[in-house]
Amino acid sequence: MRALALIARLFRSAAKIQRKRMILTVTAIAWGTVAIILLLSFGEGLKRSLQTGRRGLGENIVIIWMGETEKAYAGLPAGRPIRLLPEDVDLVLASVPEIASAAGEMHNWNVQLVNRRTALNKRVVGVHPAYEELRTSYPQSGGRYIDEMDQKLKRRVVFLGDQLAKDLFDGADPVGMTLLVADTPFTVIGVLQKKRQMGMYGGPDADRATIPLSTFEAMFGRRYLSNLVYKPTADALAPVAKRHLMEVLGAKYRFDPADTRVLEFWDTIEDSKMMNAIMIGLEAFLGVIGALTLIIGGVGVANIMFAAVTHRTREIGVQMALGARRLYITGSVVLESLALTFAGGAVGIGIGATIVQILAAVQARVKSEAMEFLGTPTISIPIAVTTVTLLGLIGLLAGYFPARRAVSVQPAEALRFE
Amino acid sequence: MFGNGRNGKNGKEGQNGVSNGAIIALTGIRKVYDTGAVKVEALRKVDLEIKRNEFVAIVGPSGSGKSTLMNIIGCLDTATEGSYRLRGEEVAGMSIDRLSDIRNRRIGFVFQNFNLLPQLTAFENVEMPLLFKGAPAKERRERVETLFEQVGLADRMQHRPVELSGGQMQRVAIARALACEPDIVLADEPTGNLDSAAGSDIIGKFEELWAKGHTLVLITHDGAIARRTRRIVHVQDGTVVDDAPAA
Ligand SMILES: Nc1ncnc2c1ncn2[C@@H]1O[C@H](COP(=O)(O)OP(=O)(O)O)[C@@H](O)[C@H]1O
Ligand SMILES: [Mg+2]
Repeated sequence: MRALALIARLFRSAAKIQRKRMILTVTAIAWGTVAIILLLSFGEGLKRSLQTGRRGLGENIVIIWMGETEKAYAGLPAGRPIRLLPEDVDLVLASVPEIASAAGEMHNWNVQLVNRRTALNKRVVGVHPAYEELRTSYPQSGGRYIDEMDQKLKRRVVFLGDQLAKDLFDGADPVGMTLLVADTPFTVIGVLQKKRQMGMYGGPDADRATIPLSTFEAMFGRRYLSNLVYKPTADALAPVAKRHLMEVLGAKYRFDPADTRVLEFWDTIEDSKMMNAIMIGLEAFLGVIGALTLIIGGVGVANIMFAAVTHRTREIGVQMALGARRLYITGSVVLESLALTFAGGAVGIGIGATIVQILAAVQARVKSEAMEFLGTPTISIPIAVTTVTLLGLIGLLAGYFPARRAVSVQPAEALRFE
Repeated sequence: MFGNGRNGKNGKEGQNGVSNGAIIALTGIRKVYDTGAVKVEALRKVDLEIKRNEFVAIVGPSGSGKSTLMNIIGCLDTATEGSYRLRGEEVAGMSIDRLSDIRNRRIGFVFQNFNLLPQLTAFENVEMPLLFKGAPAKERRERVETLFEQVGLADRMQHRPVELSGGQMQRVAIARALACEPDIVLADEPTGNLDSAAGSDIIGKFEELWAKGHTLVLITHDGAIARRTRRIVHVQDGTVVDDAPAA
């Protein structure tokens, strides 16, 4: 304790002499810290924004479109279209153990929807109930999604996208109201919770109406699915699930399971892996830029410590003559360097955190697509840990080399220093 | 043979530094300062033995190598060549920290320019070696107070060095040198920056220390001071040219 007090005393008096340089250096470190915090927290905000945006489509799902065979198979020619049926969903669920959940989907791109005097031509989709979770289509409170009974009984119930509900009902709560879907009265059972959706096919979920698949088939006289959506039991099992699915359907429809043109897969698991890789790259890039700024500050600290060590050569010589061990000398230099670095770091963290908060507050007020996409800059715990670790590392290094120089001379030589 | 004048009376005990009681034993010590372009041979082939509780003056013209010699004796610097046995132990090859510990516990230094740290109080300056030794707070406090009484500066403990006279600063330095009760006290021109009264007072302190059993080595070019010691070693051109009991 007392030794620390002694170090602090000697440090303070050295600080007085080098005040201007010290202020400059602390400022440089603070600036570097602000830079790294801002860069990383913007990266974090963007990452979170992308995550929720992707969640709007569904979490780790695979979407299938139908195509045609490219290879001749079992005596059948190439170029044969393959169309999946609603019952294929049950087949896949029963035969592919790696698939946890699946739903069929049919689209009608232009259906007239009428509420009193408001008439709109919109997209209507028919889906299996599992679609709710697969495609994160949760109802706002007071409503519900399409369920098994709706499907079984071909009920005339409709679930509305939130934007569509607003447009049709002018802000009133539509749940329980009647809506004419292609001149047939349907009961509105729920409205989609507002969500940010980045991945989409055929337009946003917010702007369409959803009805039971069975009702859809009966009403529009359709047989084939537009898409099949499924979710593997685990992300890692996605390739196995895909292979088994191709084998099961290939056996039924007599196509080569290795034929890549029969079905087109949109694997959002692959997407998110790639996105994560890109985000890691981006974060590393931003982190490196921030770190470089910080390192420049660190060079300043090292410089000051070199100057301080030189300036105090004689003082160090006296301490060595009186029996100070190497660790005491190097330790005191490193401690001082750390003190300088963390002083700058504390200022920088304070300023950085304040800026981030102000930006978040501004963003909460100003609504714009671009801002929403950028996300809210966020200081996460890893960012804080990274910053503090970096500061510590820089402080250590900035002190270590001057400290080594300080103990590299013989006490006699240090004592001769003027 | 080692040394000259005083060797006669105990040469029979052999040349081993320990068996004949030599606390300091230099053999064939050479020191070359390599300053890039020029090499300065500050010491060449110095043989010197100093026994426990001797009171030795090292004298010689300026630039003859006295300080270099003292630095080597005090483990503040290492010799280029030769052997130095301190209390029978070879110093060459000792680790830096081991040398620090030796300086801390075995050797006290008094410098011409005092070398007190100006930021610290007199008390703190004297306390420093005890801190490096790792002595507990209470022991440090008591020891420092005793030392200040010993050098007659009990009322100046909380003063800064700038608030003290030269003689007082040197007495603080002596207190600091004695902090860890070293066997050896080395002083490089301790009176060089003092007026003759203060200088004489400091030498008086050294005489007291000698009486208490310390081994003292004192560099001076003041003949009067040298004569108050018990043995005078003459150094010239980096070597010992004369070594005789003080008259
Ligand atoms: N660190 C050093 N570097 C180079 N030359 C030195 C150094 N220290 C002493 N010398 C030289 O060594 C010689 C002896 O110096 P020194 O031991 O200080 O003599 P003294 O103390 O007897 O005056 C002188 O010529 C001096 O210039
Ligand atoms: Mg000298």
